[in-house]
Amino acid sequence: MPLISTLSNASARGYGFTGGLAITNSYESIQTVTLGSTQTTISFTSIPSTFKHLQVRGIARGTFASTNLNLCMQVNSDTSNSYTYHQLNGDGSSASASGGSAQSFGFVGRIAQANATASAFGASVIDILDYSDTNKYSTIRALGGYDANGNGMMTLMSSAYIKTDAISSIQIFGNLGDLVAYSSFALYGIRG
Amino acid sequence: MPSTYTPIATTNGTGSSSSITFSSIPSTYTDLILIVNGATASSTGNPCLRFNGDTGTNYSRTNLGGSGSSAYTDRETSANRILLIGGVYFSNTLNTNLIVHIQNYSNTTTYKSTLCRANKATDAVDANVGMWRNTAAINSLTFFTASGFNISSDSTFTLYGIAAA
Repeated sequence: MPLISTLSNASARGYGFTGGLAITNSYESIQTVTLGSTQTTISFTSIPSTFKHLQVRGIARGTFASTNLNLCMQVNSDTSNSYTYHQLNGDGSSASASGGSAQSFGFVGRIAQANATASAFGASVIDILDYSDTNKYSTIRALGGYDANGNGMMTLMSSAYIKTDAISSIQIFGNLGDLVAYSSFALYGIRG
Repeated sequence: MPSTYTPIATTNGTGSSSSITFSSIPSTYTDLILIVNGATASSTGNPCLRFNGDTGTNYSRTNLGGSGSSAYTDRETSANRILLIGGVYFSNTLNTNLIVHIQNYSNTTTYKSTLCRANKATDAVDANVGMWRNTAAINSLTFFTASGFNISSDSTFTLYGIAAA
């Protein structure tokens, strides 16, 4: 019997002398936050430094009196002007691009707001590469958007945290207003 | 530690059918990811998605893409399916790649959102957000070509579940 065998689902099984099984995964769930009521910010704290990359996946809707707004991210509760961003957007009528430097947050998606079709939420898949590497800035990449059957926006976003600090916490919030109940984000760690 | 990113089912096209259905999807995951590498058996078709067998006009989408010469965007409203592309098509000449994220698919409170990246070197790149205006949990999904052209037998479809803590 081999000491280590691989499985088809990219996990591995190891056999120890005690006869116990140890199963490891390269993509692990770290934390999940689902709002039970309106709240300004969704936070992930005490993020372990033992992964290679992070992924955040979720849905959100805001309270602001518009149809849609950007979803924003800060890390380490850092509200200083230490973020840059670029975005490519399509709203069904026109494709556009924009960017900025020395911002107080990065952009990670586009979500429905109070004036959008009820029960419509925006969705985002956010990747943070090399988040614990103190030799480089952190890159944040997002695929996101919302559609509300008559208005909507698809967006590709890239942000950078212009500090070499390891990321130990993440804050997600709407550009204006709060996030409604059932807004939900899950943090995953990817091993390298 | 429990598996987080789990293959639920995988299947191939048959060459004699224009649709693929994943049914009895367990509700125990948080998100679904559908990965497609496929083509039509003949001619060109538009890849589409439906949920729970719903053929009503309960779908919509907004698309952003680039053709190599320009960026474009378009939208569909009150459609009877989510059209997963804007300029990237299924054809019998070159495979098309699609990765479709279906977020929080099993909650019974929100309308369901999809995010899709589609790529085909001879056509374009597309990014697409879709909505199914139904709060029901998704328990089946059907991938099909809008034109009804059959999916080639070497097309692969894999459905993954991602489980949050």
